[in-house]
Formats: sequence, C-alpha cells, structure tokens
Amino acid sequence: MVFDWASIWAAWPDLMAGSWMTLKITALGLLGGSVIGGLFGIVVTYVHVPVNRRNAAWVVAFVAVLGLALHFAGGALAAVPGGVLAAVLLAAAALLLWRFPQWIGRSVSIFAQIFILLIRGTPIVVQVMFIYFALPLLVNLRIDGFTAAIFTLMINSGAYIAEIVRAGLQSVPKGLHEAGLAMGLPFHKIMAFIVGPVALRRMIPTMGNQCIISLKDSSLFIVIGVAELTRQGQEIIATNFRAVEIWGTVAVIYLMMTGCIALVLKVVEHKTRIA
Amino acid sequence: MSIVEFRNVTKRFGANTVLDGISLGIDAGEVVVIVGPSGSGKSTLLRCINALETIEGGDIIVDGLSVRGKPAQVRLLRREAGMVFQQFNLFPQLTALENVMFGPLHTRAVPRDEAHEQARALLARVGLAERENHYPGQLSGGQQQRVAIARALAIKPKLMLFDEPTSALDPELRHEVLKVMQDVAETGMTMVVVTHEMEFARKVGSRLLFMDGGRIAEDGNPEELLTRPSSQRLRDFLQHVS
Repeated sequence: MVFDWASIWAAWPDLMAGSWMTLKITALGLLGGSVIGGLFGIVVTYVHVPVNRRNAAWVVAFVAVLGLALHFAGGALAAVPGGVLAAVLLAAAALLLWRFPQWIGRSVSIFAQIFILLIRGTPIVVQVMFIYFALPLLVNLRIDGFTAAIFTLMINSGAYIAEIVRAGLQSVPKGLHEAGLAMGLPFHKIMAFIVGPVALRRMIPTMGNQCIISLKDSSLFIVIGVAELTRQGQEIIATNFRAVEIWGTVAVIYLMMTGCIALVLKVVEHKTRIA
Repeated sequence: MSIVEFRNVTKRFGANTVLDGISLGIDAGEVVVIVGPSGSGKSTLLRCINALETIEGGDIIVDGLSVRGKPAQVRLLRREAGMVFQQFNLFPQLTALENVMFGPLHTRAVPRDEAHEQARALLARVGLAERENHYPGQLSGGQQQRVAIARALAIKPKLMLFDEPTSALDPELRHEVLKVMQDVAETGMTMVVVTHEMEFARKVGSRLLFMDGGRIAEDGNPEELLTRPSSQRLRDFLQHVS
C-alpha cells in the first residue's frame, strides 16, 4: 500500500469543517450539561427524598399516568405543535409549584433522580435517534440534526455531571458547611464561597474525563447525519476509498482535541491547587 | 436578663432523647463550662444554642431571638454567637487572614480595608501575626484553632460557643489554645465551653454544668463542685477524667 498524502490535503477542508462542527456540538453540549448537572447535582445532594414505599408509589403513579396519557392521547398530541405542548406542560408545572412552593425542592429532586436513571441507563445513540426520529412522530416536534446533537449531548452529559457534582459536594467535610451556617450565612453563599470552591477543585479530574468522553461521544451523531468529524471522514472515504489515510487523520485530529482538553485541565488543576 | 435562655427544651435523635426538658439561663459575662460523659448531650446542648441542631420541644431565646424563628431570623441569631469547632473547620482554600476576614465581609458587609485591619489585629491578638498568609494546611492544629477563634471573634458576637476546642489537639498544643480562650474570657465575653479540661473549668469558668443522661445533673461554682463533688455520679465522672 502506498500512503497517499495528497488524499489528506484534498480532504483537509472538509475534515476541518467537521472538526469545527464537533467542537461546536461538544462545547455547547457540555455548557448546557454543566448547567443541568450543576443544578441537579446540588438539589439531589441537599434535598433528601427518602426511598420509601410512599415516595416509590408516587413515582410509579406518575409514570403510569404519563404512559396512559401518551397511549390514549398519543394520536391527538401529534397534531399539536411541539412548542405549544411543551409550553402547556411547563406552565402547568409552574402553576402547581407556585401554588405549592413547599413541593419545589422535592419535585426537582425526584425529577432529577428519574432523569439521571433514564439518561445513564440508555445508550447515547438510542437517545439521539429517539430525539431526532421518534419525537416528531410522538409529539410533532421536529428539530434539525445540529440542534438534536447539541440537545442530546446536553442531557447526556448533564446526567453524568450531576453525579460528578454530587460526589464533589459530598467529599467536602460537613464541618465547612456548619462553619458557614454558624456564621449566619445563607445556603447560596455557603455554596458560592465555601463548599463550592473546595468541591470544584476536587471535580476537575472527573470533569476532564467527562469532557473527553462527550467529545468522543459526539462521533456517534453520525447516525443522524450531522456533519461532524467522523461523518465527514466517512463521506470522504465513500468517494476516494483511502481508509488508512482518512481514518488515521481523523484519529489524530480527535487525539489533538482530547489532548488539548487534558492539557488545559492539568494547568487549571495546577493553578488552583491549595497550598 | 439572660442572654441565652433554655425553656424546657427537648431534643431527640429518633427514639433516643438527647436533651430531656432542659431549662437554663446564661447571663452576659458568664463563662459556663459544660462537662459530662460522652453521650450525655453536652455537645448537642451547645449546638442547639445557634440552631445547628433543631429542637422538638420548648424554646431557646438567644439575645431576644428564638431558635425556632424563620430562617432569616435564625441567621441573625447565629451572627450573635461565634462558634469554635473540635475539628477547627477553617476554609482550606483561604489564608489565615482571609479566613478571619470572611465573616465580616459576607455577613456584616464591612468594607474590605476595615475587615483587613480588624483581621490583622485579631490574628495578632491570638499570636499569629506572622502566619497571616499561611493556608490552614500549613498550620499546626493549635495554630488552626487559634485562627478559628479569631474568625469567630471577627463577626463581633455577643457570645462564644466552644465545642470541645482542644479534644483534637496534642497535649502540648492545648495550652496555647486554652491561653487564648482565657484571654477572651478576660475581656468579659460570654462563653459556653464544652470540654474535658478540668483545670480550665476551675481557673477560667464562672459556672460549671455537669450533664448526665440529657439532663443538667449539677449546676454551680466550678471550684466548689470540683473540690467537693456532692453527688456520687459527679465523683465517678471526675475519677475517670483526671
């Protein structure tokens, strides 16, 4: 076999476009995932929902009602625009929680725990295909591939980051939280100035893991045809059959991107180390 | 008028009654030393004063505020009570100076310059002026606890709570912390101290409480109680600690 450098130069612009797409999906997905994971992680850590028969019954009842509603109203729902449906559901939830503010903490905590269970428990390929192909049939919500990819990465990384945040918060000695309480600080200040800074430092290695995993997972969005790096590689090979050159180059590009993430996090970890 | 008043306080952990109908008044300027066997409820009693533990029955009034009030009121109450913990609980990401500045900056909205000046003065007072830029991890246990005392004093509390402040320290480091506590007591600060240091109770304490089984079994002058313990239980306890 002769290694054909020219085929790489010819494919370079497309590979760069694919890399740029991969970076955009990963960055936006992780950004949204951090917001979801941060919020859910804090709630799941500090709002205790005891695992008992009563709470389990509530969850089962909720899922059953949702399933039945989908079964009987599924056909009708498909006629309603997805945005309208989402707005109605959100408004109903907001109204309930506004009327019963004491439910907010526990509802969000239960929701977050079910969310984590669902997202961690299903493959990311199934998630993205469900969002891209099944959602339009189910509730008349059609989104383009790029948006579907970002959204999938957001919820997927969000579920894992929530657990990273929980682990980080739980690793901080309880005494620091108590010292903040004893000073008369409110919860948000304890999070922002005492527990948060300590937990964030401890989360750096696992967050680095998650960034690298999410970047590589974005290659799975090949299944919905988003023009990210892996998809670009596949399309180039379909025309020139240079598998060694193109997959080799794609692998090196991924390696450079993950390498950069690892390097940046090493520097951050070093700079924020407590003496 | 009492600065801290317990009104028939009960506290349970599950089926276990930890505080069993405690009524107690602490006057401004008193140095109350609480002793007792482990599990007698002495730490819990202290932690109820600033609402780190919730109570099931009765009420505690601290400087006119109830521990059963709304969260905002409880935060105000906590700012009147500086607390020193067994495990120091200094903020590890901040230097000694920043630890002492933290309370004034975040709870009392003191200007930065003023907080800085005050923190340096407090660190000098606990003998750590030259350690102000050290992180907690670079200080000995005794030094950390002295910083923790300075940090608690920085929010200008009306009383100070000490939860076994020397129990995590090597014997040779205890005296430096006890010395600082004695200095604080001499300024007229109201103090409630849970400890096993009988010498401190005798020398610095103005009142001794002996707790047993969730009740205050003895309440009186430290010198008298320690020299001539009236009850068999206190005699047994003193035999075990000394």
